[in-house]
Amino acid sequence: MDILEVKDLTVRVKDKTVLDNISFGLKAKESHILFGPNGSGKTTLINALMGTLSSEQKIVSGKILFSGEDITGKGVDERSKLGIFVGFQNPPEITGVKLADLLKLCLGKNVKYRFSEEETKLIEAFKLTDFLNRDVNVGFSGGERKRAEVLQMILLKPRLFLLDEPDSGVDVESLRLVANEIQRYIESAESSALIVTHKGDILEYIKAKHACVLLEGVLHCFANPKKIYEDIKNSGYEACVRCQEVGTEKW
Amino acid sequence: MNEEDELTKIPHEILEEAARAGMSSDEKRRSGTFYLIDQSTIYSKVNETFKGKIELMDTKIALQKYPWLKEYMWRVVDREKDEFTKKAASDFNGGYFMRILPNVEVTFPLQSCLMITEDNLEQRVHNIIIAEEGSKAYIISSCVQHYRASKASHIGISEFYIKKNAMLNFTMIHNWSEQTIVRPRSAALVEDDGTFVSNYICLRPVKDVQMYPEAFCNGANSKVSFNNILYGNKNSLLDIGSKAVLNEKGSKAEMISRAIARERSKMIVRGLIDGNSQECKGHLECRGLLIDDESLIKSIPELIARKKGAEITHEAAVGKISEKEILYLMTRKLSRDQAVSLIIRGFMDVGIMGLTQPLSEQVDRIVDMSRNAS
Repeated sequence: MDILEVKDLTVRVKDKTVLDNISFGLKAKESHILFGPNGSGKTTLINALMGTLSSEQKIVSGKILFSGEDITGKGVDERSKLGIFVGFQNPPEITGVKLADLLKLCLGKNVKYRFSEEETKLIEAFKLTDFLNRDVNVGFSGGERKRAEVLQMILLKPRLFLLDEPDSGVDVESLRLVANEIQRYIESAESSALIVTHKGDILEYIKAKHACVLLEGVLHCFANPKKIYEDIKNSGYEACVRCQEVGTEKW
Repeated sequence: MNEEDELTKIPHEILEEAARAGMSSDEKRRSGTFYLIDQSTIYSKVNETFKGKIELMDTKIALQKYPWLKEYMWRVVDREKDEFTKKAASDFNGGYFMRILPNVEVTFPLQSCLMITEDNLEQRVHNIIIAEEGSKAYIISSCVQHYRASKASHIGISEFYIKKNAMLNFTMIHNWSEQTIVRPRSAALVEDDGTFVSNYICLRPVKDVQMYPEAFCNGANSKVSFNNILYGNKNSLLDIGSKAVLNEKGSKAEMISRAIARERSKMIVRGLIDGNSQECKGHLECRGLLIDDESLIKSIPELIARKKGAEITHEAAVGKISEKEILYLMTRKLSRDQAVSLIIRGFMDVGIMGLTQPLSEQVDRIVDMSRNAS
């Protein structure tokens, strides 16, 4: 059984259809790559899956099942507790909330908790030790934000995680660090992943067999990530549109 | 009440009430302790280790002891300013005189408590604080109303003198009650290389507080910070401002206010930085969180530049808690209530106040207590 199943999902913002009747499944313990140009609906899809759609974005039809359970109407925190995680492309700055406290909450502890030796080492590996007493994301660079997102993910131990462009706005060193940690987590936790990428830089590090392209709210071309990436690089997303190999559940 | 010689002789319930506003009954952790209840000073004592380093006594006694102190009375606060200063000038109940002697660094904070226990009382105090050259000290001043008294008013005059190279960090915590009117009138004079940090915390409901403390940075490289953490609830009206006049080269001012309004409370947060010298610098920051539709937050920043090279800036944002921040925290397994609570708690971050670690933790606990009680 797929860990996540999306059936005939349509999302609208006011009168505009952003996701148009899409269906797909994510396999357990495997990584999936979602390509798509800016404005194709990738972030909306992630938000629909996590329940973080804004008040203007509405699911007008369709269902989302997680481990067979219908989560379409469930709240964000409920989905999080079921084991779904999202790493945001642009996580918000939260003034006054220290990164250390947020990490402790991710571990299910309260703010008085002291990190174990292992956790301290992990924080060091993410080069975030100096950021523990700083406000979450306030004044963080792109790479620092992504490192903090992925560290939170590892502490939350999700069964499925959704990462929105973990490779955009990141320096090369941070990308390598973050991507290697993501791959290590996938292998050790036997977790499933849906990774959205615009540029494809992360493919160098993530072992994924499945990929597809989101164009104007419709999924195309379920295939091998490297093949799709090569095609996009050579012919651009326009070629994908012309190709029109629209399909469902082809992974 | 007569002046007591030991803190333990003060009724337990009074100490307990004072503790909620930051007073410690462990005198070993304080350099000096002062209690004025209703209209008289009942306790003022300097910790043995700090004798000869600091002075602490009732202002009236100090005026008798030191004729020169007259020079400091009504020097930075104008006695003709308004009806409240005029009242205090005509007659007052006492107050504290604190003096940190030259080059003394006071490791433990000085603490003072001004308490009202009688109904319908009008308390008038006049405090004078002198940080002599090269001294460094932290003061925590708690203004408390005993639960027995429901209705009262407090007029508090405070004059601060920060001499050359001195640093004074003054934290005032207010715990009044829903029918009390509060009118502090304070001003500070900061000399060359002096630093004055004035922190104000008001978390409990109060009928009406209006204050606009001023600091005159008259010395080269003198600095002032005004930091406010304001939690308006249950119909409170808080009109809190601060004014800094930068009169000398290299003088600096920083003002940070965090205001939360709920339950029909009204908050006006003012700030004025007057850049009256070359190479002076000032920054004003006000952030307000509105929790419901019945309350109001108004931010009124004023910046004045009178000399070329004055660099005065401000930023302000008032509004509701960002939905994006709430949702973000909910993706980390927090419920909506937990997320809102964490954001509010973070918003009231005492880290802005430049306190020592133990004092910061203590003030943190007070913030938590008030938040849980509301």
